[in-house]
Amino acid sequence: MDERGEQRPVMPLEVSDLSYVAGGKILLNKLNFRLEGGVRTVILGPNGAGKSLLLRVCHGLLQPGSGNLSWAGRTPSQAGRDLAMVFQRTVLLRRTVSDNIAHTLGIMGVARQERSSRIDTALKEAGLSDLADHPARTLSGGEQQRLSIARARVLRPRVLLLDEPTSNLDPGATAAVEAMIRAADADGTRIIMTTHDILQARRLADEVLFLHKGRLLEHTVASKFFADPDTSEARRFLLGELLE
Amino acid sequence: MSEVFSAVATAVELVVGLDPDLVEIVALSLKVSLSAVLIAAMVGLPLGAAVALVKFPGRRGAVILLNAAMGLPPVVVGLIVYLLLSRSGPLGEMGVLFTPTAMVIAQSILVMPIIAALTRQTISDLHEEYDEYLCSLGAGHLQRISTLLWDGRFRLLTGLLAGFGRASAEVGAVIIVGGNINHVTRVMTTTIALETSKGNLNLALALGIVLIILAASVNAAAVLIGDAASKRYG
Ligand SMILES: Nc1ncnc2c1ncn2[C@@H]1O[C@H](COP(=O)(O)OP(=O)(O)OP(=O)(O)O)[C@@H](O)[C@H]1O
Ligand SMILES: [Mg+2]
Repeated sequence: MDERGEQRPVMPLEVSDLSYVAGGKILLNKLNFRLEGGVRTVILGPNGAGKSLLLRVCHGLLQPGSGNLSWAGRTPSQAGRDLAMVFQRTVLLRRTVSDNIAHTLGIMGVARQERSSRIDTALKEAGLSDLADHPARTLSGGEQQRLSIARARVLRPRVLLLDEPTSNLDPGATAAVEAMIRAADADGTRIIMTTHDILQARRLADEVLFLHKGRLLEHTVASKFFADPDTSEARRFLLGELLE
Repeated sequence: MSEVFSAVATAVELVVGLDPDLVEIVALSLKVSLSAVLIAAMVGLPLGAAVALVKFPGRRGAVILLNAAMGLPPVVVGLIVYLLLSRSGPLGEMGVLFTPTAMVIAQSILVMPIIAALTRQTISDLHEEYDEYLCSLGAGHLQRISTLLWDGRFRLLTGLLAGFGRASAEVGAVIIVGGNINHVTRVMTTTIALETSKGNLNLALALGIVLIILAASVNAAAVLIGDAASKRYG
């Protein structure tokens, strides 16, 4: 009864004049863009650019101060569980690995007898089957991140929003997380993720949104962005010279 | 010196031999303090959780008040409950002064702030950590609260133990509202105070031994629960 793989219409994301102000600072400044979907989107930018904020606003966890945001004509809260979020700092419940997933299934109202098979599937995809009964918070950083992604995917979202899913991970753990992201993408779950890791963006991005100091400086296909960016900020960022 | 030794020896005999007077006093102590913790928990757990989760004007003040109330002097609580329950007091009609009921009331008041304050701390820490995640799942109010209570259950239990420790060890409140009446309202602490002042060290020491064992066990249990929880759930 798995709906994954089944073609579901993509939900274009339409953002217009979106601003977010806090503490007297303009943290997101009049963003305008439209994401058609069907491709992997990477929001790239240095520390403090506003990547996490933008992702939260897209998910509906934060309300924009002004401007509009819609997922195929729906507000984020109307889109509900079509949107799932994986946070930059993982939030794992004080429970075992499998109970972390069981909790999400419980919130979704999945019947008890259906839960264990879905937990098994999710853990297998994350390569965590052997750790099912371990306390989630004692896992390594890479395992924790994989669990977070697996847990978000049991929501069967149409869009998976990932906030710096591999910051603080070593190359091996990063590769495992990227494999999960690719698998989700291959299953038809749309990927929108942030990173400040240029190499990761090169590996994963089909299109790039380049954010700097709350402004959207570029929105282009990845190949163009990496070969010939339009703005000097993006050029300097790609050269490793733009640090903030 | 030998007098003290013989008193200790007799005391141990009383404890080991389950002396009826001793058993009666210990049983009443447990009954009173456990009832007080139960009542305090019924008020303190929801109150603490509400202060942690519900935004209202003056919440900061409420938190400070709860924490300050953890240090209420037992004699003062005893005095206030005495005034309320005394024949001419507002609750004099109840006629419960110098009964175990009065002692339960006084200890509940002493323990409630401890349970409420520790509950608030526990729930508010977890809330801060979990809330955004739970919101992102589209969890409803009840689902969010039950997640917090469940994941905080060991720390909440530790709070109940702390409350029980405070109740069973205090003497000031129960001696005022209970009156230390033989076979009616004598609990461990009040008996120790009375018997010591009368120079009857045997029973006082025997009760002291029981009280120490009880307090040590409660604290040990709290530590063990905490360890087990952090090992099991991180
Ligand atoms: N609630 C808030 N109030 C005030 N400032 C905030 C708030 N939230 C975020 N900021 C600020 O907004 C800016 C952007 O934050 P954000 O977390 O979105 O950056 P980021 O691009 O995700 O950075 P990083 O790569 O370090 O994760 C930062 O300067 C941050 O300090
Ligand atoms: Mg961020």
